[in-house]
Amino acid sequence: MALITVRDLSVGYDGHAVAEGLNFSVNQGDYLCIVGENGSGKTTLMRTLLRLQEPLSGRVLTGDGLRKNEIGYLPQQTVLQKDFPASVREIVMSGFQGRCTLRPFYSKEERRLALGNLRKMGIEGLADRCYRELSGGQQQRVLLARALCAAGRVLLLDEPVSGLDPKVSAEMYGLISGLNRDGITVIMVSHDIQAAVTHASHILQLGKDSFYGTRDEYLESPTGKHFLEHKEEGEA
Amino acid sequence: MMFEKLVFYLQYPFVRYALVVGVLTALCSSLLGVTLVLKRFSFIGDGLSHVAFGVIAVASVLKLTDDMLLVLPVTAVCAVLILRTGQKAKISGDAAIAMISVGAMAFGYLIMNVFSTSPNLSGDVCSTLFGSTSILTLRRKDVRLCIALSVLIVVAFIMFYNKIFAVSFDEEFSRSAGTKADMYNNLIAVITAAVIVLAMNLVGSLLISALIVFPALSAMRLFKSFRSVTICSAVLSVICAFRASSSPYLQGLLSEPR
Ligand SMILES: Nc1ncnc2c1ncn2[C@@H]1O[C@H](COP(=O)(O)OP(=O)(O)O)[C@@H](O)[C@H]1O
Ligand SMILES: [Mg+2]
Repeated sequence: MALITVRDLSVGYDGHAVAEGLNFSVNQGDYLCIVGENGSGKTTLMRTLLRLQEPLSGRVLTGDGLRKNEIGYLPQQTVLQKDFPASVREIVMSGFQGRCTLRPFYSKEERRLALGNLRKMGIEGLADRCYRELSGGQQQRVLLARALCAAGRVLLLDEPVSGLDPKVSAEMYGLISGLNRDGITVIMVSHDIQAAVTHASHILQLGKDSFYGTRDEYLESPTGKHFLEHKEEGEA
Repeated sequence: MMFEKLVFYLQYPFVRYALVVGVLTALCSSLLGVTLVLKRFSFIGDGLSHVAFGVIAVASVLKLTDDMLLVLPVTAVCAVLILRTGQKAKISGDAAIAMISVGAMAFGYLIMNVFSTSPNLSGDVCSTLFGSTSILTLRRKDVRLCIALSVLIVVAFIMFYNKIFAVSFDEEFSRSAGTKADMYNNLIAVITAAVIVLAMNLVGSLLISALIVFPALSAMRLFKSFRSVTICSAVLSVICAFRASSSPYLQGLLSEPR
């Protein structure tokens, strides 16, 4: 059975659907990219997948013994608390909070794992730095390391490269693809269709030209063709 | 010389009581201060102490012998309400504080005016607001309550330190990781209420914000990790409270006790 199966799902707020009739499934090792215009409900869908909000109708089923605290989440950047004093280490360690429900402190093993995740993200040297003094790209890597601490198997990333310059974005996409190759299932929101086509194995498009399928199917579909034509026009 | 003078005064129980209560209240308020300032609830101390003022007024009219039994729960409920409206964002946190605190204050003053049996009404109001007299008139029972509450607050803070950090830093992520964020927000609210009821004895309702906000803000300028800020704010406020509670005797600002 798939890790996550979505059936006839409608998501929204206060009874108003922002996206409806969603059907898709995510298997172990997939890299699903959710694309769509601003306001098409990408973040809302992510929050519903995480059970942060109730679906309006339809169901989100988890399979393969996936437990709630095996999902790592990288929230869409919110207004940063400019004055929040927090070191990188403290933030990354907080990824383990779901594992120690009643235990007051983190274990040695968790400290070691946190350092390992910092190393994977290439930021072990920043462990004792203050989060708010880092660059945007470094901050996203910290949050990705935190999501890794929380995630056993699945990562949900909401616009992980928004606000980053092209070079740093490319590095970020590289890191995420690397994690996917290591066997972690990735569900990523992006409005960069180019990146989706390059990296993802499956694509879900919300909004008026809604689509769900593999990357190759997407390139064959009217929506995807439309996109590719635009790209060629852009290059010509 | 200073030391001897302090030792001399420490033989009087009311001096000891004032010192112990002063230091403990300052410690507790500074621990929570960091979280409250970061959650944009700097004024919650002010707001809740007005609530407590209103409840004390009601308690004194009802002639309750132990008004803490009423004050603590009611203030805690108001704290939970205020912190909840703050998150849901239909009413913002500062508006919720303003509404609840001004309402309770006005109600308390009204009750005192209508039903008060005391000849010196404005004196009563004044001492609740500034608390200036009560720190020297503490009874053994008050001190016991203060010590018990402080121990509870400090233990709860240490036990839930990591969760409190996580929930204040990124509530959305905490929820996604399976942390019961609402429960921890309520816990923070209840501890806050306890701290404020405690602090009313020391500085009265008006100056509670100072105890909550100043150590946290100073520490936030000096340090950059949550842990060091929390520790620094606690140490700062304990030192300052010790100095402040002992200096009136050392500098002879009070007349010699007889
Ligand atoms: N808390 C909320 N309450 C009500 N409506 C909301 C809320 N958050 C977002 N919306 C609405 O839901 C729609 C989808 O938002 P969102 O999922 O954030 O879009 P996206 O992430 O695709 O840009 C938007 O029209 C937005 O106005
Ligand atoms: Mg979004």
